[in-house]
Amino acid sequence: MATAPTQPKDTKPNTFRSGPDDSGHFGIFGGRFVAETLMPLILDLERAYNEAKNDPAFHAELADLNANYAGRPSALYFAERLTEQFGGAKIYFKRDELNHTGSHKINNCLGQILLARRMRKTRIIAETGAGQHGVAVATVCARFGLPCEIFMGKTDVERQKPNVFRMGLLGAKVNPVTSGAGTLKDAMNEALRDWVTNVRDAYYIIGTVAGPHPYPELVRDFQSIIGKEVREQMLEREGRLPDTLVACIGGGSNAIGLFHPFLDDENVKLYGVEAGGHGLDVPNGHAASMNGGSPGVLHGNRTYLLQDDDGQILEGHSISAGLDYPGVGPEHAWLKDTDRVTYVAATDQEALKAFQMCTKREGIIPALEPSHALAYVEKLAPTLSKDNLLVMNMCGRGDKDIFAVADHLGMKM
Amino acid sequence: MSKTTRIDRRFARLKEEGRPGLVTFITAGDPDLETSKKILLGLPKAGADVIELGMPFSDPMADGPAIQASSLRALKAGHKMRATLELVSEFRKHDQDTPIVLMGYYNPIYVYPNEEFLKDATAAGVDGLIVVDVPPEADDELCIPAREHGLNFIRLVTPTTDARRLPTVLTNTSGFLYYVSITGITGAAAPDVNAVHTQVNLIKKATTLPVAVGFGVKTGDQAKALAKGADAVVVGSALVSAIEQSLEAGGWSTSKTVPSVLDLVQSFAGALQTG
Repeated sequence: MATAPTQPKDTKPNTFRSGPDDSGHFGIFGGRFVAETLMPLILDLERAYNEAKNDPAFHAELADLNANYAGRPSALYFAERLTEQFGGAKIYFKRDELNHTGSHKINNCLGQILLARRMRKTRIIAETGAGQHGVAVATVCARFGLPCEIFMGKTDVERQKPNVFRMGLLGAKVNPVTSGAGTLKDAMNEALRDWVTNVRDAYYIIGTVAGPHPYPELVRDFQSIIGKEVREQMLEREGRLPDTLVACIGGGSNAIGLFHPFLDDENVKLYGVEAGGHGLDVPNGHAASMNGGSPGVLHGNRTYLLQDDDGQILEGHSISAGLDYPGVGPEHAWLKDTDRVTYVAATDQEALKAFQMCTKREGIIPALEPSHALAYVEKLAPTLSKDNLLVMNMCGRGDKDIFAVADHLGMKM
Repeated sequence: MSKTTRIDRRFARLKEEGRPGLVTFITAGDPDLETSKKILLGLPKAGADVIELGMPFSDPMADGPAIQASSLRALKAGHKMRATLELVSEFRKHDQDTPIVLMGYYNPIYVYPNEEFLKDATAAGVDGLIVVDVPPEADDELCIPAREHGLNFIRLVTPTTDARRLPTVLTNTSGFLYYVSITGITGAAAPDVNAVHTQVNLIKKATTLPVAVGFGVKTGDQAKALAKGADAVVVGSALVSAIEQSLEAGGWSTSKTVPSVLDLVQSFAGALQTG
């Protein structure tokens, strides 16, 4: 039922892992709010995904690509020096920045390119913010010989030049989007417009757990490999499950990938870290849709959005192009309202500081996105006991960000 | 729906007169509230049979550059949803017969919120709604409540709506159907007239509702050709482009803004008259 009430907070659902329902809802969130032209397409996609999900050959092909092309499983690394410095929880990094293409985005792209092939689609389109998803899409398109067009906001094209160059090398056409503020939401509008126009051949690889059903579900399923591996690796390493998981949230795909396999382990505490930008108290100065937004409908789903009181979407702001999105995946919106996950925020400055600290103390240059997660770990870890096992998802590497960071720190390259 | 609405009456009259109707789209508040009001009040006399009034939205995903720009012009001028409804109230003081359909995206309605919006829209004299991103799968959200307020909920049928899906789209639709003549965004490539006729005939077999055809209609001749077999033709991007072209630097309206839109409406109406 589309208008089902929110789960009351005092009655917990039996499981947090059964969503979405048949109409794509997580509580009141999610759904399929798209134009009629796209409706038959997303119904087709849902059928194709349900078939693929039950086909062992699909899983075998994906597992092979994950292992031999993307380089999974990614390592679970004990960050000894940061653990010492913070003086509390035992900190592990899930090293998804070591994946081929440098972030968790490849997990989803490999799954979706196989779906696109099953559906006999001949052209791939995608949106990108930081360019990590765009690079991953361009990569799988090169691998499978499919033409590819990436929509990227003009502002992001300028602040993420290395990724734009990589996409070009991989054979993708990058279309700079000038509407709006020229960031991720505008890129998504333009990708949707392309899809509406080229319905028969185009497959749209959405990069996060947002969009109309079944995207939030299928992207989550492809990203859940992160949490599944952490579960196994931690059991092997420490003989028990972790106590605390932390991940950054833009649309929320790396976070849901880490959290989902643990949602029903009630002793595992989950923290999602939104982009606090200039601070949550600065109007339109952050990209924290759950901590500083309200429910609304955009890009095919109902979720928390940054918007004004007349329902116009705000641009938001973050130092990180990958978190600079005015919405969030609907499953996160539901996990917030059911209190299963705690959503917090880290500012631009806190993320920059964490970026430098991680680089100097662990020899790992993190992307600005997981730097937000690390900034929160810096606050949280000292409050936890030394036997608390904390896993932070290091979802991307920072090579793409060095120009932007140099700029912010007033350094010359 | 049991009660006849202003939309039903208008299409019945068009049928009596034996001519296709002209449905005109403009965006409320474009380029500013005063100019938009003058255009709106002038539309019936210029030949508009049904008026679609766009509710501006920051992220019009199904619209092409012309309507995107018109939405942004209105928002830049400070337009709010309440002003859209006030425009309709003002129009109703002068015209009791021409139906007004509000067209746009769901979020500004959802935030209003729904029940209050439906109440205020009905009180203002709105006759129907086209909400691009609320498909029949979500009828409980807005379509059925709108019907309970006596508003028609008009749906788009597109080239991707096949015979299997058509009944789903028709189920709770009333007033008229809007056949989108191309896959794509508003104001894009010119539609293939023969393919449109075939589709409109198929739709007509499945419903007694009037069918209006639109998306990509740029000239009077095109309108005339598309009107064959349909009950009305929708013109939108061409009108808001005329607004855009009449503006001076900085986006201010000029003495040419109102007449350039109304003259264009008149020429489309003339082309449809000479059937």
